[in-house]
Amino acid sequence: MSERPILEVNHLAVSYKTRKREITAVRDVTFSVSRGENLGLVGESGCGKSTVAFALVNYLGRNGFISDGSIRFKGEEMRNRTQRELRMLRGGDISMVYQEPMSALNPTMLIGKQMTEALVAHQGMPLNQAREACLKKLSDVYMPTPESVLGRYAHQLSGGQQQRVLIAMALLNNPALLIMDEPTTALDVTVEAAVLDLIAELQKKYNTATLFISHNLGVIARVSDKVAVMYAGELVELATAQNIYNKPLHPYTVGLMQSLPNVDAPRGTRTLHPIPGRVPNRFNMPKGCIFAPRCDYAMDSCGQGAPLLVELSPGHFIRCIRAEQWMANAPWETGLASAKDRTEAATANIHLDPVITVDHVKTYYPLPFKTIKGFLGAEKRRHVKAVEDVSLTIPRGCALGVVGESGCGKSTLAKSIMGLEKTSQGKITFLGLDITRVVEQRNPKTISELQMIFQDPDGTLNPSYTVGAQIAISVRRFTDIPKDRVYDEVIRLLTSVKLSGTYYYRYPRQLSGGEKQRVGIARAIAGNPKLLVCDEPVSALDVSVQAAVLTLMHEIQQTSDTTIMLISHDLSTVRFFSDYVAVMYLGCLAEIGPVEAIYRPPFHPYTAALLAAVPRPDPSLSQNWTRLSGNVPSPINPPSGCRFNTRCPHKIGQICETQKPPEVDLGNGHKIFCHLDIEALGRIGRV
Amino acid sequence: MTTDTTAHGPAQIRTWHKIRNALATLAGSRAVLLGLTIVFFWVFIAVAAPLITRHSPLAQDYLHINEGPSVAHILGTDHMGRDVWSRLAFGARTILVLAPLSVAASFILGMILGLPSGYFGGWIDECIMRLLDAIMAFPIILLYMIIISAIGASATNVVLAMAVGGAPGIARLIRALTMDIRTHEYIAAARLRGDSALRIMFLEILPNCRGPLIVDFLLRVGYAAFYIGTLGFLGLGLRPPTPDWGGMVQEGHNYMTVNVWPVLAATMAIVSLVVALNLFADGLHEETMRYQ
Repeated sequence: MSERPILEVNHLAVSYKTRKREITAVRDVTFSVSRGENLGLVGESGCGKSTVAFALVNYLGRNGFISDGSIRFKGEEMRNRTQRELRMLRGGDISMVYQEPMSALNPTMLIGKQMTEALVAHQGMPLNQAREACLKKLSDVYMPTPESVLGRYAHQLSGGQQQRVLIAMALLNNPALLIMDEPTTALDVTVEAAVLDLIAELQKKYNTATLFISHNLGVIARVSDKVAVMYAGELVELATAQNIYNKPLHPYTVGLMQSLPNVDAPRGTRTLHPIPGRVPNRFNMPKGCIFAPRCDYAMDSCGQGAPLLVELSPGHFIRCIRAEQWMANAPWETGLASAKDRTEAATANIHLDPVITVDHVKTYYPLPFKTIKGFLGAEKRRHVKAVEDVSLTIPRGCALGVVGESGCGKSTLAKSIMGLEKTSQGKITFLGLDITRVVEQRNPKTISELQMIFQDPDGTLNPSYTVGAQIAISVRRFTDIPKDRVYDEVIRLLTSVKLSGTYYYRYPRQLSGGEKQRVGIARAIAGNPKLLVCDEPVSALDVSVQAAVLTLMHEIQQTSDTTIMLISHDLSTVRFFSDYVAVMYLGCLAEIGPVEAIYRPPFHPYTAALLAAVPRPDPSLSQNWTRLSGNVPSPINPPSGCRFNTRCPHKIGQICETQKPPEVDLGNGHKIFCHLDIEALGRIGRV
Repeated sequence: MTTDTTAHGPAQIRTWHKIRNALATLAGSRAVLLGLTIVFFWVFIAVAAPLITRHSPLAQDYLHINEGPSVAHILGTDHMGRDVWSRLAFGARTILVLAPLSVAASFILGMILGLPSGYFGGWIDECIMRLLDAIMAFPIILLYMIIISAIGASATNVVLAMAVGGAPGIARLIRALTMDIRTHEYIAAARLRGDSALRIMFLEILPNCRGPLIVDFLLRVGYAAFYIGTLGFLGLGLRPPTPDWGGMVQEGHNYMTVNVWPVLAATMAIVSLVVALNLFADGLHEETMRYQ
């Protein structure tokens, strides 16, 4: 029982030397991880989660160092060790799994060579024995055909497979401590779910102590026993997973939870509460409680002394001067809003006139010829069939969510509508006008009424121009506001996306991700667009910022009667935001209909699998739904018949492989494209 | 690098901060400092040439030919009795005007070819690139010799020849940068507000190429100085009486056994300028990369 923890971190502080002065990135972090325990470390980006992980193995780069505290690993002090000793520990007793599986594997080395190297280097094992050990570990992580994997290169594996290889590699030396830094963030939901299942299973099997870093509360809930919440380099709350999710005591933890859209909550039952402001700059830290400037419950006294981390009840640590008050009587709704299944159907807006109609659209990308024969036209040209026959309409003032794994053609569909890609077949009608052509051939009025918000906050603005200048171009293009009034109009747009006028003269590099996205929105709404296509507008942002941007988009939609097409891989976001949902798989529609109909049975098998994969921020939910195996097949040579047949858990037989699935109409605009009958579809999913 | 306080201030303060930050960054690199010092030394010599020389660079004095350094002629005289120091100082004027000018000309040509090639791709790219391959197939010195012997040796023609010779390399660099920048979403945003391809290429893409282009420009000015020297040596540079470093080497090398000073001074001048520009470009490249 009272076995000593594998890892004990006490009052750890990490600093970096910069040209100006030393800055402290992590302060006063205390936690411990025992054998077989999984500690989750959560917080927004820039809160020092990864710095803690790197400090544990003292891999802080040339200018970083541990400035205070102690790290004890198996009872031994880790500070001030030589590089040689540390090198034996990293990879030996301590292993790490990183975020980007592709860049963690050496692209020029065979997987087998990379894996055996760890054993040969750390244990001096003979090569053939090392190979055996690798094969065993690979089968432990459920890699199909482990032998062939050893003879492949990293690029020949999918993202999920790469991450499995890395986990197997991390486990090779039976480490006492496993550090996982956002191991599933770069993966698709369905793959993420499978990898998380695997991590939870291995945890039991090997009894390793694990430090699991993630920004996603849902992911942490699924794997962690204890959760540590970090904010701006400090630990603000540490408790068991049950306590964190059911009885959070720090306002920051509560803020993180309340800014998360819940996939099980019907639309309209919850509003998001974004945390105002952003993580403070380490050069300019607030006095007293570091969270006070963003805290809804801050008092005057919060700005004075820095609060200490106190143990309020056994195992529940919190850094807040009002902690005892929260313990007695918390002013917030504890835990997550329960999923009340409202029976009322989504308001049927079908009779409204459509803003846009997509009619049997196909978008193919031609592949370059590989042979001279092909070049001379003797061979049939091959195509990437990114969008294959999609038809949908969006009624005025509604929001349509488009979901699917990556590689399902969601973005290509958006680009085809916008005219950024040439459609190969089909027809797109916008406000009664045929706009099936690239944007350069569309008329200016259509262009201003059909605008887009992009995914990557760093790529959405031109780094060479100020924010104001970029919005001003759109204003001049789209409106007939006189020249001397353009400045005022830009300020008005900036204000409408909740940015102050001082942003006019700023360059994009001076803005945070959320602010850049807001500027992107301001630019898009300059011409009062009728349809706004949003391609994963919040997926690159932190949860608290996501909530703020989503709320803003929602407001804009409500106030300006704009129709929105929201593309997202996140089913929770889509449920929060949309009136209608289209589920896409490999360029085809799998299911389309009003939002509440999509999230309730009857399901398309693919929708059911996607829903099952969403990590839910509730540790008490047992999540043992069916998992999708494998990956989205290549769109160059998609499966015949129903494109989902290769992965479908409900495949009925030959018919799925040979015939295109028929449209099953469930009324109210809800359609499922599947060979199963309505009754069978109703049995899929939740019991 | 930029702290929040600078972002709030009025435009002038911000610009001043930017300049100061940039200078502070540059001062941190020894390579940049050394390079800049030598370049500024030559710029000073060129600008102040009439003030710091006592003889005209063209004045011949047949009583003093091929003399070594003396009080009257600090670097001695050449085979026509002209003051080597004067010719060096006035020669700096020639090279410091011709080198940047020829590189600027090839940048304009390179931009016109590289931007559409990278932005449109497809057959436009194919045609432009094959044309440039054809130019690049010639050894560069041979190409200069062909062009200059066809149109005659003069300052303008040297610039023209060097513009044609340098354009393919620059076009390829700009094409590569364009192909990368083209995929950014702000380019899609520009298309979606109805921007013309010309505007996108020159106003959206080109400004974002400036980092690598500035470094490349400086390197190329160094090489241009070197090639102008070479052309002068081959007799394809400026017309003889004009003071020109390459020409000085050419004329002086026949008398090297008698008097090494004209050749030595001119070669040292060429080498120092080329090395300085290289140091400056390399240092600048390193310093700008470090903060990306």
